[in-house]
Amino acid sequence: MSGARPNPVAEPVAQWRRWLVLGVLSLGAATVVGRAFQLQVLERDFLRQEGNKRHIRTMLIPAHRGAVTDRRGEPLALSAPVESLWAVPSALLDSPQHVTALAKLLNKNPRGFEKFLEQRKDRKFVYISDPLPPADAQRALSLKAPGVFSEPAYARYYPAGEVAGQLVGFCGRDGDGLEGIEKSQETLLSGKAGSRRVIRDRQGRVVDDTLESVAAASGKDVQLTIDLRIQYLAYRELKAAVAENKAKGGLIVVADSTTGEILAVASQPGFNPNNPPERRSSGTRNRAIVDSFEPGSTVKPLLVAQALELGVFQPTSMIDTNPGTYKVGALTVRDVHPQGVVDLAKMLAKSSNVGAAKVGLTIGPEAVWNGYQRFGLGEPVYSGFPGEVNPLLRHYSEWGQIATATASYGYGLSVNALHLVRAYAALANDGLMPHLRLVQNEQATPPQRAVSAQTARNVRKMLEGVVSPDGTGIRAAIPGYRVSAKTGTVRKVSETGGYHGDKHQSVFIGMVPAEHPRLVGLVMIDEPGAGAYYGGLVAGPVFSRVMQGAARQLQIPPDDMPPPPPRTMVQQPPAPIVQVAQHGSLPPPSPEQAR
Amino acid sequence: MKRGAMLLPMMLSIAVVTSALAVIRTKHENRALVNELEKLRGEQTRLDMEWAQLQLEEATLSHNARVDRLAREQLGMTEPRDYVIVGDRP
Repeated sequence: MSGARPNPVAEPVAQWRRWLVLGVLSLGAATVVGRAFQLQVLERDFLRQEGNKRHIRTMLIPAHRGAVTDRRGEPLALSAPVESLWAVPSALLDSPQHVTALAKLLNKNPRGFEKFLEQRKDRKFVYISDPLPPADAQRALSLKAPGVFSEPAYARYYPAGEVAGQLVGFCGRDGDGLEGIEKSQETLLSGKAGSRRVIRDRQGRVVDDTLESVAAASGKDVQLTIDLRIQYLAYRELKAAVAENKAKGGLIVVADSTTGEILAVASQPGFNPNNPPERRSSGTRNRAIVDSFEPGSTVKPLLVAQALELGVFQPTSMIDTNPGTYKVGALTVRDVHPQGVVDLAKMLAKSSNVGAAKVGLTIGPEAVWNGYQRFGLGEPVYSGFPGEVNPLLRHYSEWGQIATATASYGYGLSVNALHLVRAYAALANDGLMPHLRLVQNEQATPPQRAVSAQTARNVRKMLEGVVSPDGTGIRAAIPGYRVSAKTGTVRKVSETGGYHGDKHQSVFIGMVPAEHPRLVGLVMIDEPGAGAYYGGLVAGPVFSRVMQGAARQLQIPPDDMPPPPPRTMVQQPPAPIVQVAQHGSLPPPSPEQAR
Repeated sequence: MKRGAMLLPMMLSIAVVTSALAVIRTKHENRALVNELEKLRGEQTRLDMEWAQLQLEEATLSHNARVDRLAREQLGMTEPRDYVIVGDRP
């Protein structure tokens, strides 16, 4: 026992130390668990959101607006990328040399530009340029001016400019169609932007995009029935004629009479859709569709067609137009030149109002109204163009003797240019009236029969007399083609009621080639102010030039070729060779080559 | 018996490690491909832009009014109304 020492290890520790250690440890554990609980359960949503905010981005997938093209695919309206520069004014103002350089690049006055920024110093976002082509924007960005950024966008361009301006229309600042085809085909043209959620790394690269996405739907292209070559020709000739005649305006329509496709529709005054300030001018009106006028003498062939169709008149019927005036109640119908006793063809060729009034009164108001109705003068054209004007053709029960007489030569009713084109297309198409179309691939509506084929042919034959030395429309003759046409000289309604003595609309409408027409064309010159105002003199030459060009470009064979010249000059090639005088040194190609 | 009992967990843990490595690799490849896709999309956008610009340029250069003017003024061409026969022989 004496050698035994007390064991120091065996000294029992105080109980409290154990509890202390355990307590501290469990407190630590509880803290960790509690914090984990707080993060994982209580603040989970908030934290996840914050995390996503830092690396998950919703990216917009831009959708193109569709293009508008002509029937051959030439673009009439296109979206092209542009970049708009914007700046944080306070950041940019910190380096004055950049302000000056940037102002120079943007063609701005440096002093003015600085002032512009100063005024907006407390803003965080200021546009400092109009939409620029991407190359120009890159040049500005390469200055590396602080606080200058670019924002990509799409701008709408109209390559044909003024030529098809009123037809194609234009888009607003935010890319919605405001006028014309841009408006009417908005649902097809406009795309729907898509979006996708992606995970980005620190450098902003997309590393994962397995999250939800909405695909972008690009706008569809819209193909019009317009042929830009003919449209340009029509635009050019119309513009020249309006200037030459010092007219207030004018319009022209060329359509394919068999299919009802409109090949050209132009009106003056025009505007350039690429130049926004011009968009508020009256030039934006597509007068061929949104304006109506009284058709005047141009309805006489429709009246004659109805009279023939009813069998009341025959092509050989004679009408006494003596003495050049005709009293119907209080109204006196007058002819400019008394024609005596004429047949229907001569009545049309000379455009006798007396003759037309007599035909109208003979067949009666109901028949006149029915005839016009069958030629679609009382029905909208359904062109789909925004703002198409409705025709005004009062019901025959409201017509008295005077109204019947005036309606027979085209007063007291109003139509737009397309109505007349459609009615004449019926004559051209052997009595079948096509549905007029502006947009290709639109669901085709079957043509309606207006008159019998025989009647249509008879009237066409008569109308050839208009474009003859005896008729009112000889200035519209087209070499090589026979033309059926009608002139019209309409007095305008004055604001005070009644008709203007000196304000006219000169109308010319016709079809080419007369035997089997392919094209129908209408030219209207509004208020010609240079002396001449007869339809045949003012609008006729425009018709002739445009239709000749259109026939050439569509390769419509001539139907009135003179017999080939006698072969006495062996040197001269028999085939017609067109060459330019200055280049006459080239030998003319042989007939084989020319073919 | 004892060795056999260890074998299964060993194999499973090796499989777990292997599949973990495979996941890493796949994830990496995925990101690389996504990155490439993104680059190609950018390229596509750029080419679309260029195409629109070129179309616009072509339409501007081939505008009828411009061709008309050049033909008349620079090339001395005319638009004959009718058939015109021009020969170099009298």
